[in-house]
Amino acid sequence: MKRQTYDGVVLTAPVSVPYVRYSQETAHWWIARALKQTLDVAGLAPRELDGFSVSSFTLFPDTPVGLTQHLGVSPRWLDSIPMGGASGVVALRRAARAVQAGDVDVVACIAGDANRIDSFRQLLSSFSRFAMDASYPYGSGGPNASFALIADAYMAEYGVTREDFGRIAVAQRTNALAYPNAIMKSPLTLEQYLSARPISEPFGLFDCVMPCAGAEGFLVMREDEAQKRGLAYARISGTIERHNAFPEDPVQLRGGWAMDIDELYEMAGCGPEAIDLLQTYDDYPVISMMQFEDLGFCAKGEGARFVREHDLTITGDFPHNTSGGQLSAGQAGAAGGYLGLVEAIRQVTGQAGGTQVAKARTAMVSGFGMINYDRGLCSSAAILTGGGA
Amino acid sequence: MTDKLLPPKKKNPQLRQMVPTLPPQMRSRAALGLTSAAARGAFMLQHCEECGAVQYPPRDACGSCLSVDLAWRETARDGTVIAETRIHASPDPYYRERLPWRSGLVRLSAGPTVLCHLHGDVKRGDPIRMDLKLDKAGQGVMIALPQERSPDMEDDPQLRELTAHPKHRRVLITDIRSPVAQPLIEALLKAGAAQVFVGESESWRRGSDHAAIAALDKVSVLPLDVSDPSSVKKLAAEIGGKTDILINTARHVRPGGVLGSDTVFAREEFEINALGLMRLAQAFGPGMASRTADGVNSAVAFVNVLSVHALSADPHYGAFSASQAAALSISQTLRAEFASSGLRMINVFTGPTDDEWHQPLPPPKVAPKALAKSIVEGLCEGLEDVFCGDVARDLEERWRRDPKVLERELAGGG
Amino acid sequence: MTNPLDGLAAALADGSVEIVDLTHTLDPDFPVIVLPPEFGQCARFRMEEVSAYDGRGPAWKWHNISMNEHTGTHFDAPIHWVSGRDVANGAVDEIDPSVFVGPVVVIDCSEGAARNDDFELTPEIIVAWEAEHGSIPADSWVLMRTDWSKRRGADYLNMADDGPHSPGPTPAAIEKLLARNIRGFGTETVGTDAGQGAHYVPPYPAHYLLHGAGKYGLQCLSNLDRLPPTGAMLIAPPLKIKGGTGSPLRVLALVPARTGSGENA
Repeated sequence: MKRQTYDGVVLTAPVSVPYVRYSQETAHWWIARALKQTLDVAGLAPRELDGFSVSSFTLFPDTPVGLTQHLGVSPRWLDSIPMGGASGVVALRRAARAVQAGDVDVVACIAGDANRIDSFRQLLSSFSRFAMDASYPYGSGGPNASFALIADAYMAEYGVTREDFGRIAVAQRTNALAYPNAIMKSPLTLEQYLSARPISEPFGLFDCVMPCAGAEGFLVMREDEAQKRGLAYARISGTIERHNAFPEDPVQLRGGWAMDIDELYEMAGCGPEAIDLLQTYDDYPVISMMQFEDLGFCAKGEGARFVREHDLTITGDFPHNTSGGQLSAGQAGAAGGYLGLVEAIRQVTGQAGGTQVAKARTAMVSGFGMINYDRGLCSSAAILTGGGA
Repeated sequence: MTDKLLPPKKKNPQLRQMVPTLPPQMRSRAALGLTSAAARGAFMLQHCEECGAVQYPPRDACGSCLSVDLAWRETARDGTVIAETRIHASPDPYYRERLPWRSGLVRLSAGPTVLCHLHGDVKRGDPIRMDLKLDKAGQGVMIALPQERSPDMEDDPQLRELTAHPKHRRVLITDIRSPVAQPLIEALLKAGAAQVFVGESESWRRGSDHAAIAALDKVSVLPLDVSDPSSVKKLAAEIGGKTDILINTARHVRPGGVLGSDTVFAREEFEINALGLMRLAQAFGPGMASRTADGVNSAVAFVNVLSVHALSADPHYGAFSASQAAALSISQTLRAEFASSGLRMINVFTGPTDDEWHQPLPPPKVAPKALAKSIVEGLCEGLEDVFCGDVARDLEERWRRDPKVLERELAGGG
Repeated sequence: MTNPLDGLAAALADGSVEIVDLTHTLDPDFPVIVLPPEFGQCARFRMEEVSAYDGRGPAWKWHNISMNEHTGTHFDAPIHWVSGRDVANGAVDEIDPSVFVGPVVVIDCSEGAARNDDFELTPEIIVAWEAEHGSIPADSWVLMRTDWSKRRGADYLNMADDGPHSPGPTPAAIEKLLARNIRGFGTETVGTDAGQGAHYVPPYPAHYLLHGAGKYGLQCLSNLDRLPPTGAMLIAPPLKIKGGTGSPLRVLALVPARTGSGENA
């Protein structure tokens, strides 16, 4: 059956609460700040909150239910999206359909996480049952080690070099210098990338994101509602999600996008050449490279050649992760799964400021999340286009 | 090729001794199946009873057909390394002290991909033999080993963390009068032990192999009577700080059931076999537990030799069996108490030993040399439960199958 | 009326009567008799701390102790041996307490024992002793001095493949002492019998004959070299153990002080 379009539903009021490396504040605090900012943009009072979608790793012992009382909101629609790096796109998919069906008028989608000293270790040691049983006890390298294994196999399979990954990281740093909220504020050269201290071979320091605290958010509402409130908005051309794709692959050399990408383009009625900018989930450059392939920008195994042939900066021929991505802006837990989406909304609505890509009209956002054992399980993607106001 | 492990230098007395830390300890209940297999040196994974799919990581439902009928079975160990990494950063204190640390992905011929520790002699593309071992946290973990034995492979630092290898370590054998003492000394020295202390009780009785054993290179005979608290404390005060492996060979055996015997022999058996173990643990345990991260010759294992009838009584040795059951129970508590230090409690279960107390019994009986070999193998492999000899292995299997049936069989009602 | 003990009190006070301790320290590592392993064994002395001014008892220290009736310096009652099983009042709690204090004579066999581990006390030696010191008085303790108590470690039991080797009396010597109607017989070795006493007829003659005759035994004595051949008083009261066959004890001797140097010990 052919899927319905998202006609009449829009994304608006993108907000980013500036990240902090370590913070004593809780997830509740960070989420409250993002929620207030996004509601303020739309001119909504907290008690008017109609729908609420939350993504966070660090709310424990609370869930989004507890959060409603904590924050004094009374939504008639509540969602919890525990999908890490895939959370942003999945939240918008759920919210858009609910708005479209009339179950709710406005949904605030928020992701936020705390980062206290040692909370990263605690998160890793009990991240998932398979991680607890079968990956964390093997050197406790966390996702760095698990993705290093994927990178090692990927490099061997396709003849990719560290320089190839370095191009992605270096371009993102260049972009980050134009994004005021980025944690990383000094330039990065390919030489620095290559000579950085090893973290988990083949990864060096600049292959890895910096865990931090922060929050991101946006609103989903009907187009007429956005127009009524005078808000700039983005339309949703298509979306996909997939979980535990290709379980028979011995090692993850492709993500779930490869299963669903044709449908995404079909729904959006366009191809890769129509994409003005791409926001991938960049927990590691290798994963971004995999997305270039699996999202159809080049063939499988051509990722390295692709990055050699393209300029990935804001002003380049293939603007990618324009706010610096998590590699340079920082990874605020589940907010990392919102970073690219929020930036994409800003881009296609012309609100990106220093990182604005000229004539950005169509953006693709992809998400990737939850390394449960040896591979990321959730993949998602969406194509957004700029709209009115 | 593994670098040969060199004997440790003398300690710098101005440096603080490392406080033991443990690798991550939390596991799901299903994952304890790995621990159970590793404890006795088996290589087992869950197999789906409906579709046959081999599962990993351990789960509660088949990843192929959703059956919940998963059974732990011996599984082919061979596989190929498909990815490797060398970890240089970890937030975990145990690994942070041991970086860099190698791990890899291995595709087992049985099907699953296993994220595992990598022995230094294997790299991406290599065929390997997967082993399941207990780590310092006492949990079962996978390590990919070279398919062919390589020289000094046991010296690989990651492998050594998973074993209790005697190489360069100092060992106390508690009873010189045990027939296993002499072959055990030989086997330990052959495995590279730096020094062997041998306890001798009641030297005023004579009749031990004192002179022959004391004359051996790297061997010292010292007074120790596990039934005497003051003797145990005195020796612990003397050598407790350099006892890396303690092997309790002291035991008292007298034949006879319960009805026909008085409690004098039984008391002696409990004094030596059960309370003796407790005294040794109380005197030597805390010191050993504090030295489990003390470099090449860190304290690593507390070994107890038990009759397999600790599991189910032999009515012809009623009180003795009871003392063995008590000792087994004590060892389980000790294992829990040692857990936070990583000191391994090893039980070596043996069938009837070839000695004067089992003389009228028909074979097979366990020769002292065979028992010595099992003890040293248990250390080298880092096991927790070692079953030595055909009788012990047979009894273990029957005990696992049905303890009540075994009880009837041992009572002669089989 | 004068108190007959006044004289003793004065003698103790002025040192003209000395107290000699004939007891070994109860030590877990002190040898006990060793029997073939299929027999029940004599329990060694054991001591475990109950508390030591600590959480187990803040202001006091004490021990639980355990041992056999025949551990350390000890007393043998008639019922210890099969030959004495029917002796009236043959258990330690039944014995008339007057037995525990009485005169003692010492037969010095130390020279012979120094030469020969299996030295035997024979009737001839007793006769020779009596020629020098007079008849052994009836109802006195007779102690065989060998200086064996000065031996340490494995030399004490002196165990060999054919059993222990230590001095002791021959059956005839015991018969001789019984003819003198002695109260009991004591040694410095681990038993009243010789190490090789099993090979006499009857085996273990000191145990067999003495206890059969209702006499008592003392063993693991020490300091016998500090006793005169005659004239000392022995105090050897066993613990009052119900039905006890023996008891560890503290053995004391009252000894007239030496009047000068060079006198016989």
